[in-house]
Amino acid sequence: MNKWITTIVAVLILGFMALGYADAAHHSELHGQSELNPKEIIFDHLGDAYGWELPFNHSTRIPLPVIVRSHDGSWHVFSSSRVTQGANYDGFELATEGDLSGKLVERLPDGTLSRPLDMSVTKNVAAIFIAALLVLWMVMSLRAWYKHNGMKAPRGGKGFIELIVEFVYHDTIRPVMGKAAPKYASYLLTAFFFILTLNLLGLIVVFPGGANVTGNLAVTMVLALCTFVITCFSGTREYWKEIFWPEVPMALKCPVPLMPLIEFLGIFTKPLALMIRLFANMMSGHMVVIVLVLFIFIFTGKFGLGVGIGTSVLSMAFTLFMLLLDTLVSFIQAYVFTLLSTIFISMALVEEHHA
Amino acid sequence: MQLFTPEFGLAFWMFVAFLGLYFILAKYGWPYIIKSMDERADLIDKGVAFAQEAQARLDGAKAEADKLIAEARSSQADTLREAEKMYNQIVENAKADAAIEAQKVAEQAQVRIEQARKESERQLRIEVTEVALQIAEKVVRRHMENDKAQQELVEKYLAEVESKN
Repeated sequence: MNKWITTIVAVLILGFMALGYADAAHHSELHGQSELNPKEIIFDHLGDAYGWELPFNHSTRIPLPVIVRSHDGSWHVFSSSRVTQGANYDGFELATEGDLSGKLVERLPDGTLSRPLDMSVTKNVAAIFIAALLVLWMVMSLRAWYKHNGMKAPRGGKGFIELIVEFVYHDTIRPVMGKAAPKYASYLLTAFFFILTLNLLGLIVVFPGGANVTGNLAVTMVLALCTFVITCFSGTREYWKEIFWPEVPMALKCPVPLMPLIEFLGIFTKPLALMIRLFANMMSGHMVVIVLVLFIFIFTGKFGLGVGIGTSVLSMAFTLFMLLLDTLVSFIQAYVFTLLSTIFISMALVEEHHA
Repeated sequence: MQLFTPEFGLAFWMFVAFLGLYFILAKYGWPYIIKSMDERADLIDKGVAFAQEAQARLDGAKAEADKLIAEARSSQADTLREAEKMYNQIVENAKADAAIEAQKVAEQAQVRIEQARKESERQLRIEVTEVALQIAEKVVRRHMENDKAQQELVEKYLAEVESKN
């Protein structure tokens, strides 16, 4: 019985939502706004922004500091609320079209637009800081627990953090790395928790979540670069020898250094794969959810209210499923990144073969 | 294709935040947590080993106690059997002793009875003699009333004595 009531209420709510969308669509038609542009909306949501959207509101955003260096070398710091809706502040404005659409540009005296050095605290940067503080708080609270309670096992949230540490360090890093594990554990655990927190925060629709951080190439690039640098610096002589003078038949390395070339490229493809994997997985997850939600708007606009109601029920069911899947993917991708980093670093720690 | 062009600013802040987080956690966070977890795992392992040992010892003690109890049982049975034997012996001995004693008492009683009988016989003889004498006296007196008869008798007896000598 209760199940039926829940179902009916859910359908009614979704129906009313569709009604609201239809009204909005009608409203925008009346005011001569352009048609729904799915592509723009999708890339708007996947990309970075100079403010943080609030739910149920299209115009107001949480302002974030903009930090830019103009063409003459002077630094400008101002709130992102000053450049909303096409406003120009100190010669800076948001580009509306072209490759730089949505980015902050500087209008030079001759009228051309140029991209200044942009160090703004954007939505993604703010999300990174929030995630970093969250991780810091989680880890430090676990440390505080151990400091105060000694050998007692933590319960609740701290127990959960400990469970993950156990899973990542004791069951993954240590078996792979052996004696070297404590040396690299800090980096790998930090990376895992940071990625996981960013992934999960991205799934929360409202502030402080919703930023597609790990689905941004710049972020995964930095993470992969860290692994790359660590791998290179911890590489033993044997590791480098294996790359430039591998133990293969002479024909494969002497006149034409075929194997060394492949091995050398491998140094770069490994972290590159790390970067692309995390980026693609997280971005596609966000993209699918946005597209599913957009179906409601598209179908309501095209075929009217009835189809919109039906679509919203179906679409919400799929969205829920996708979000649950994304939660799983968040864990898996954070884990895969950590696991592969562990393996890459431990491969660099190779000792000389004993004949 | 903004999505595929990494922003320098974002990468920079990401690098700063990640590095900062790493240095703080590498110094204060992870080593301490891992150390605590390892220590606790060791403690639990030790506790389990200790408990197992204690259990083994307890089992051993129980077996030993059972053995002791069984031994005590058998020795108790032995003791009981011996005690019964001893009891029977004592009873037997007592019976034998009692029989001997009873015989002795009976013999003594017989001796006494004999003595008493002899005594009473003697007394009776004395009394009978006295009575006989008295009777004899009386008879003699009556006979002596006739002197002649008396003389004759005395002479007869004297003659008898003489002939005997």
